[in-house]
Amino acid sequence: MRFTFTDEQRAFQRAVRDFLAKECPPEHVRAMTTDPTGRSPKLWKGLAGLGVVGLTVPEEFGGLGGEEIDLVLLLEEAGRAALPEPLLETAAVGVPMLRAIGGDLAREWLPRVAAGDAILTVAMSGVTLADAHVADLILTPNGPVLPSDLHLERLPSIDATRRLFAFDGAGIDDAAFDRGALAAAAVLCGIAARVIELGATYAKERHQFGKPIGSFQAVKHLLADALLGLEFARPLVYRAAWSVATGDEQRSRYVSMAKSYASDAAMNACRASLQVHGAIGYTHEHDLHLWLNKATALAHAWGTAAWHRERIAL
Amino acid sequence: MDLSFTPAQDAFRSEARAWLSANVPREPLPSFDTAEGFEAHREWERRLADAGWAVVNWPEEYGGRGAGLIEWLIFEEEYWGSGAPGRVNQNGIFLLGPVLLEFGTPEQKARYLPKIARSDEVWCQGWSEPNSGSDLASLTSRATLDGDEWVLSGQKTWCSRGAFADWMFGIFRTEPGSERHRGLSYLLVPLDAPGVTVRPIAQLDGEAGFAEVFLDDVQVPVANTLGGRGEGWKIAMSTTGFERGVVLRSPGRFMATAARLVKLYRSRAAALPASLRDEVSRAVTDTEAYRLHTYWTVSHFLAGGEVGAETSLNKIFWSEMDQRMHRTALSVLGEEAELAGPWTDGFLFSLAGPIYAGTNEIQRNIVAERVLGLPRG
Repeated sequence: MRFTFTDEQRAFQRAVRDFLAKECPPEHVRAMTTDPTGRSPKLWKGLAGLGVVGLTVPEEFGGLGGEEIDLVLLLEEAGRAALPEPLLETAAVGVPMLRAIGGDLAREWLPRVAAGDAILTVAMSGVTLADAHVADLILTPNGPVLPSDLHLERLPSIDATRRLFAFDGAGIDDAAFDRGALAAAAVLCGIAARVIELGATYAKERHQFGKPIGSFQAVKHLLADALLGLEFARPLVYRAAWSVATGDEQRSRYVSMAKSYASDAAMNACRASLQVHGAIGYTHEHDLHLWLNKATALAHAWGTAAWHRERIAL
Repeated sequence: MDLSFTPAQDAFRSEARAWLSANVPREPLPSFDTAEGFEAHREWERRLADAGWAVVNWPEEYGGRGAGLIEWLIFEEEYWGSGAPGRVNQNGIFLLGPVLLEFGTPEQKARYLPKIARSDEVWCQGWSEPNSGSDLASLTSRATLDGDEWVLSGQKTWCSRGAFADWMFGIFRTEPGSERHRGLSYLLVPLDAPGVTVRPIAQLDGEAGFAEVFLDDVQVPVANTLGGRGEGWKIAMSTTGFERGVVLRSPGRFMATAARLVKLYRSRAAALPASLRDEVSRAVTDTEAYRLHTYWTVSHFLAGGEVGAETSLNKIFWSEMDQRMHRTALSVLGEEAELAGPWTDGFLFSLAGPIYAGTNEIQRNIVAERVLGLPRG
């Protein structure tokens, strides 16, 4: 029993955090909301250069040969930065699906993915497809499909950086779905961490009644509760990552625990942070909505908290 | 990261499970907050100690097995899973023991620890006073030096197990003119000393779970000072004694409650509204989150990491989780929840969780100030 990450895993996480702080600041995320594609080839190439995109691609195909335990901390960083790029669909779900299919398809596509030259997306639920407009290959339960073979009808998303398209077909299999739900849970933890920090920072700066509002217990307790939710979600997410990586028979149970907890933790953290910010947090000119809207989207994508609790066998 | 247990840990779990299954009393013992129940629990503690299970993570010379924290967590899962009795000497074993191990002199360790391990001496805490609860540093009970003796006077209250306990540990103002956290000393007080008056106080369930302890010129040897004179606050609050942060309420206890809740739910599921299934599922997830968080914290600690104010998050979490689980159980019971029984007993006890060991309001302040860096009010 050694429930810790290695120094190398933590160092990789810090490197990705530093990279995203520089290359994906809130101004970038905001610019992407009105960009025609909402995606930045430069940013994607940069992430590929760091090894993030190809983390789960086997070394023989140019990747790092990592597993979910390595990826989960990087997905947290994606959430922390509100990264618009389809890292979840490509690295967490698409690549393992391609690995499972194997053969010529894997040999053709995995090296391109690792190099940052190809983007994958997946049929999450049989209702929507995320990022089909920039994907080079769409993975469905009936096999891979090229975007040119589909008529893409864009759907409005609560998260302006998330590009969704209608999809009428079956959702991916349980194993792939669990990878997506796990990855979404990790991103949600990163979002929760960031909005709690934003709330704490603001509570130290903002003065009312001649004092920083963070000195008031009502404000302290809001943020402490938000942190409580996050800190107890994280071990569930890491346990789920270990279960997926090791093929544990309890995989779906732990993924459901992780996703239900992380969804609730992120929603509660966003609400708390918004409350601490007050009216400024409710404006579009403040950055908080970049995380709040992404949290709302991901808390409901890949199975809601209630859906996952229903899946946990009693 | 490796979340599997070693073969040695699995063997340790099997050994504990086998002993518990052969030795746990078939019928629940009477409440340890009655005179009869207190002694029955003391006898149970002696059986545990004789078999080497009372304090598995203590050094062998004091009655333990020298087991690691992971093994201790495994033992706790097995202990509570087996339906074994509550630990009447939990204050001595889990709260005083680690402090003695860290700050006690060799003589103090040899004198006190073996008797704690066998519950020959059962301990209560002497923290709160009538006017000092959350604001503990305002306490006024004092100890004055007279030769080789402290002379204690004052009043401690809300002392759990105090009605029948043999000893009390607590902090007293030893330095005249000192204020707040300074000038306090950590003292060990025999409750049969002349000048001690113990008045039992019935708790919500009507049993004498609390006591107030009056100290009227009670003489206690200076050798009963734990740690340095005037260092009492630091010792009482020390976060380096990390074990105290996780050992007060191990995950095993709550996992056992959740397992009983699932069993209860299953036996009545067909007649229950769907919303209760969601609550039960949440309870199962809560206990798993708490279990994993504990292994996470312990692993971090064993790897040489610092653990400080995070233990406040732990305390908030388990106490509120325990309440939610019991309320869900009462909902599952429906009208039958009006009938007194194990679930109603547990429910009443769960109500105390957010109050004792530092109220959850104080814990939330600690989290906000020391983890999130918010300014003090």
